[in-house]
Amino acid sequence: MKLHTFKIGGVHPAENKIAAGKPIENLPLPAEVVLPVSQHIGAPAKPIVKKGDKVRRGDCVAEAGGFVSAPIHTPISGTVMKIDTCRTPQGMPVEAIYIKSDDEDREADAKTMAQRGTVVRDDNELATLDSKALIDIIKNAGIVGLGGATFPTHVKLSPPPGSKAEIVIINAVECEPCLSCDDMLMRENPREIVKGVQLLMRAAGVNRGVIAIENNKPEAIAAIQEAAASVAGLEVMPLKVKYPQGGEKQLIEAVTGKEVPSGALPIATGAIVQNVATAYAIYRAVILGEPLMERVLTLHDGINGRNLRVPLGTMLATLTDGMEPEKIILGGPMMGRTASTLQTPMIKGTSGILLDKRYAHRRPAENCIRCGKCAEACPMGLEPYLLATLSRLKEWDDAEAEKIANCIECGSCSYACPASRPVVDYVRLGKQTVMGIMRARATK
Amino acid sequence: MSIIVTSIIVLGVIGIVGAAVLYIVAKRFHVHEDPRIDQVEALLPGANCGGCGRSGCRDFAAACVNADTLDGLSCPASGSAVMKQIGEIVGLAAAESKPKIAVIKCNGTCDLRPQVARFEGAPSCAVLASLGTGQTTCPNGCLGCGDCVTACPYDAIHINSQTGLPEVNEDKCVGCGACAKSCPRAIIELRFKGPRGMRVYVACSNKEKGALAMKECKVACIGCSKCVKECTHEAISIANNLSYIDYEKCKLCRKCVDVCPTHAIHAVNFPVKKTVEAVKPKLEEQPA
Repeated sequence: MKLHTFKIGGVHPAENKIAAGKPIENLPLPAEVVLPVSQHIGAPAKPIVKKGDKVRRGDCVAEAGGFVSAPIHTPISGTVMKIDTCRTPQGMPVEAIYIKSDDEDREADAKTMAQRGTVVRDDNELATLDSKALIDIIKNAGIVGLGGATFPTHVKLSPPPGSKAEIVIINAVECEPCLSCDDMLMRENPREIVKGVQLLMRAAGVNRGVIAIENNKPEAIAAIQEAAASVAGLEVMPLKVKYPQGGEKQLIEAVTGKEVPSGALPIATGAIVQNVATAYAIYRAVILGEPLMERVLTLHDGINGRNLRVPLGTMLATLTDGMEPEKIILGGPMMGRTASTLQTPMIKGTSGILLDKRYAHRRPAENCIRCGKCAEACPMGLEPYLLATLSRLKEWDDAEAEKIANCIECGSCSYACPASRPVVDYVRLGKQTVMGIMRARATK
Repeated sequence: MSIIVTSIIVLGVIGIVGAAVLYIVAKRFHVHEDPRIDQVEALLPGANCGGCGRSGCRDFAAACVNADTLDGLSCPASGSAVMKQIGEIVGLAAAESKPKIAVIKCNGTCDLRPQVARFEGAPSCAVLASLGTGQTTCPNGCLGCGDCVTACPYDAIHINSQTGLPEVNEDKCVGCGACAKSCPRAIIELRFKGPRGMRVYVACSNKEKGALAMKECKVACIGCSKCVKECTHEAISIANNLSYIDYEKCKLCRKCVDVCPTHAIHAVNFPVKKTVEAVKPKLEEQPA
């Protein structure tokens, strides 16, 4: 059988998925959590607790600050110590809620944890819920895209007027090297995920769903295929391994063959793409009534890999046992962002902590030899060498004409460059600036 | 022989016809341009730095010639003397302007501001600024990649490799503001050059609360407002935990410099101050 993939560009970085096959470890609840109000794309959440308040596990501590926003729930019971700034992994100050637990709180948490897995909405009750009710549950549970982009899920499920969803695509591609948290989640919880996907299909009002998995995860494919066998309209589609297949536009092209038009939203092709971990979170929110309070991430130090289920707000330093790595990357090695400190809480989008020495340094940049490897690698069909030069020279008009806003910042160009030029650094800067100019023009 | 004669005649006729065509075109499509524009342009530095707010020196010259008044038109690179000359050419009175200079509002040198990371990406402040706090923990300080150096058309600003901070060459800087526009952290400000180059400014842009600012940098402004209390000219204000000295109001008394607990306020180009200790012995020597 010929496996599908996207048509143009793409690279094949070394996989290094040494954590694949390692069961997910459940980490104990920490004594203190720090919950930044900005854990998603969009408006920051607004704290609704104040210093000294008592909170219980699962309580909402910050409500959505707008339509494109998501509430935040505490994974531990305890007392709100303060609402103060904390540091993002990149060192920038951001408002955060500090919550500390004591013995009594821990007892209460143990009691709630023991009831974990209790179904609060059975099939009869589910049948009464319509699409809007489901989206409301998802919205109030603070669920965002857990692939790393953290776009609020309920926004994607409410397509703008004039567009109609036809298919839900579940992104279980995990094309980033080193990460295997989605792989393990699928192997361990296939039934729950399939249930979550069915809920997603109902919420989006479609009767076709595709779970797209790259062919390097045979165990996960088998597990999901078994769980999805009896579900009508749901298909498991193994895909050819190629980075960046997990990009929304690339995945839509790989699965449906349709290309997202330049400047349009993915919904223009009738597809809604959701991450597999998001589908699992939706299962927990709808069936178990549990808001998003934890996520699975891969901890990879170059020698060992572990998959951990970590409560949100846990400080990264507590996960790494006092290691002093040369470089900390949050996310995968291709698109992850470098952190300057481990004294920062993990948030909804932290899909991996990479401490591998091999990724610690860049090769020194040399001159561009116009070989065109970056243009060949670009999955969006752009000319990265040109865009990088234009943004270095601040030629924003020309950069816009060359469609810099279409860049998905996947880093294939930098990976492919034989002169190790920081192509995507410049393109990302140019894209941010050009999009700012375009927004300013649109509001004028 | 006849070939030579024919050639001369043919070429001569072509030449005459061409000259006639050129003459007619030149007369018919003549664009009248004020000759004063060229005169004004000759006085300008010709660096097209954009400090005047125009797209280049010739554009500025045309604006001067066509203006009804020279208010608001000023070439920071040339200064008042040249503006006066321009005023004479166009027959208008040039407004007096005080020369300005770029001031770096950060003193977080390598020794004073701990480095927590090393940046190996594209050597550009704009790129680094979009990634977070950069190589130190200060979210407002100098990033040190030299976007201002690239932007300066007068070769007046350079990164000091010892401190990692840009330094302004006071003789070369004309105050055009190209560096200030290029700085993603907006730490470069144009301030009055001051009499004999004397000026007082807060060499910090950190907007964090005191304790945090101290942790990030040993010479950060902590917003303690001691300088505000000390200033008798109401020139100092505090916003976002950061002190700011209004150069229009500052009388260069330097009282704020002495009270600043973190030495964030800099006074430059002042003659060496006679300290109290240095003056005391002299008093004792005098007979009672």
